[in-house]
Amino acid sequence: MMNTLVVYVENKPGVLSRVVSLFRRRNFNIDSLTVGRTEKPDVSRMTIVVEGDTDQVRRIVANVYKLVNVLLVDDITNKPALIRDLALIKVNAPQATRSQILDIANVFKARVLDIAVESITMEMTGGEEKVDRLLEILAPFGLLEVVRTGVVAMRRGTSTVVPTAQEQSTPAAARQHDPTVSYSV
Amino acid sequence: MSGKGKTAQEEKIATGKNGKPILTGARILWECLEREGVTDVFGYPGGAILPAYDALKYSKIHHILVRHEQGATHMADGYARATGKVGVAIATSGPGATNMVTGIATAMMDSSPIVCITGQVGSKLVGSDAFQETDITGVTLPITKHNYLVTHADEVAHAVREAFFIAKSGRPGPVLIDITKDAQQSSCEFDYEAAEPKMRGYRPDHSPAKEEVQKALELIRAAKNPVILAGHGITLSGAEHEVQAFAEKACIPVAMTLLGLGGLPASHFLNLGMMGMHGEAWVNDAIQNADLLLAFGMRFDDRVTGNLKTYALNAKKIHIDIDPAEINKNVKVDVALVGDLRQILQELLPQLEPANHTDWIDQVRKMKGDSAVRDIQNLPDSGHLYAAHVINDLWHETRGQDTIVVTDVGQHQMWEAQYYKHETPRSLITSGGLGTMGFALPAGVGAKVARPEADVWVVAGDGGFQMTMCELATIVQENLNVNIAIINNGYLGMVRQWQEFFYDRNYEATPLLSPNFVKLGEAFGIRSIAVSKRADVIPTVRAARAHKGPVLIDFQVEQEDTVYPMVPAGASLGDMIRRPNPLEETAMDE
Repeated sequence: MMNTLVVYVENKPGVLSRVVSLFRRRNFNIDSLTVGRTEKPDVSRMTIVVEGDTDQVRRIVANVYKLVNVLLVDDITNKPALIRDLALIKVNAPQATRSQILDIANVFKARVLDIAVESITMEMTGGEEKVDRLLEILAPFGLLEVVRTGVVAMRRGTSTVVPTAQEQSTPAAARQHDPTVSYSV
Repeated sequence: MSGKGKTAQEEKIATGKNGKPILTGARILWECLEREGVTDVFGYPGGAILPAYDALKYSKIHHILVRHEQGATHMADGYARATGKVGVAIATSGPGATNMVTGIATAMMDSSPIVCITGQVGSKLVGSDAFQETDITGVTLPITKHNYLVTHADEVAHAVREAFFIAKSGRPGPVLIDITKDAQQSSCEFDYEAAEPKMRGYRPDHSPAKEEVQKALELIRAAKNPVILAGHGITLSGAEHEVQAFAEKACIPVAMTLLGLGGLPASHFLNLGMMGMHGEAWVNDAIQNADLLLAFGMRFDDRVTGNLKTYALNAKKIHIDIDPAEINKNVKVDVALVGDLRQILQELLPQLEPANHTDWIDQVRKMKGDSAVRDIQNLPDSGHLYAAHVINDLWHETRGQDTIVVTDVGQHQMWEAQYYKHETPRSLITSGGLGTMGFALPAGVGAKVARPEADVWVVAGDGGFQMTMCELATIVQENLNVNIAIINNGYLGMVRQWQEFFYDRNYEATPLLSPNFVKLGEAFGIRSIAVSKRADVIPTVRAARAHKGPVLIDFQVEQEDTVYPMVPAGASLGDMIRRPNPLEETAMDE
């Protein structure tokens, strides 16, 4: 089963390698990992998609918390969330099939970024499965180049769990968010 | 130049805009270490750490020159295990730092609080493959609790204060601080108070959920055949009194892990002895027949569980551990209380109902019955010296006193655990999780430096001793009164034992030709004695204890003796290989 974890970390050098090293060391299998800045300059945000059953994910979360630079882990696997993957797709598009490909892009609401004599490059944003489906349909035309970012995710609604510097992420505050995880190291 | 121990104020050092002294990073390092209460550090100088060594002249801290950086880390570890205080090791960049890796991993596996400080090439050179450059923070990432690369003088104080806090709080562990040469050399205003640790992501929390506490009490109330599994966490959290009170009030027998030994006095009527691969048969049988296991600060290591598929199948399990990542890692438990063992037991104790499990305890005593391998009388006394004799006699001569036994890894380690009866925490120091040969001698040095009043006995095999025997020179240079007992059987004994049982007695690469240990010890200036007869053990131990200064004893023991009982790796805990009938063995030897 695939699980989506949103991990808030201190924006410091080397933190990404600590997280990745932990997954490797504990033999947890990362499906995708993205990292980027947030609205707070001192906090970076990772979206990690990882394979495992409930017990395994609990262990992963507990281990990730042991990293000193990790502020909060939000397991959004079974929570209402927006999950988006972005793909750039360059597809073989000679005169004969071009309009067909453009129709498909249109149906999928993929944005065409570039049209060349023999190819079309489009940008597709959506849930992973939707991107998969588009690629599946384009495959017979000949995929020349594909790149995907891996998913980024955010909970629905106004509630946010991003820790602020003032909160200092006290165990009590963090517990409110998820009482099942203990924050000791 | 000012003398040792002169404070910044006495020297009229320039102050910065906050009125605090301006000091070099090197000097700030020692200042911070002093304020952490450090009195001794174990280290080895070299190019990239030289500015720090140069600034040592301002510090009251005593530096112990080791012979190999691995020794420095084991010494810091032994120091930490003997006292609970943070041990400090220091080395230069590159090979100095990489030599620390084994000691750091050892400390990590056994949750030992140490801080390792390494020099690093200048920050401008980092990444250029400069002379003696190694990415030591990268190398030690998976074997430290946390680590730091410090590239500016003004980061030194923060890093040191955080490192000490991380090393000793929560589940203790090693922290490494890598400081570039220019960070040591350059200066900044030293504001100790402003460098107070503020770590948003590090929150040791010692409060288990209330519902879990009630669930645990219910399970304890319902249990008929409970067993406490006592681990290293007892010593780390200082919970020995609480554990004893708990066991007595609820009338529950206690099985010990290797690192748990001393957590409950061996002589206590509820103490069953050691569990696991070389634990006593009745202890493992008690665990296999239990209906409730209470794991106190232990992590269900494969050496204590055997095959997990057959482990204590009828038992409910309550796991008390400070590390949430240990819960359900190896053994699925029914109740988990995450937090500091001592605090949790203090919370449980008033709510615990007094119970009487004498039927169960009698049942366990019956299991013990004929399997008293611990009984020294059952060992063949054929004129040969057995390691068990040595350990037993050593225990006999040193019991009831402030003694620390520091063992290496292998057969002698298991015999020590079986035959030396530890009554107090921190009276046994041994590498459990990583099983690091070469640990004993340097760790013994650390223990002696930490507790000079204690009688420190290094017990090592002839193999492990030779891995770090260069530290004999450290013992002599520091004039440390450490006693060394080499259990010399001419083999890498534990490996030979595995070859005997599982590799058709193919003793490949295990016979060991050793130097003449007496001459070796004497070459270092250490009084050295060889013993090969049972009758000589006690007089020699006495002589060693009476001697002012280190003594090395080469105990030449039976070559092909075997540690019994044994649960083969991966086998069920109930399937033990037992010692053959001692009478037959005696007959054979004659």
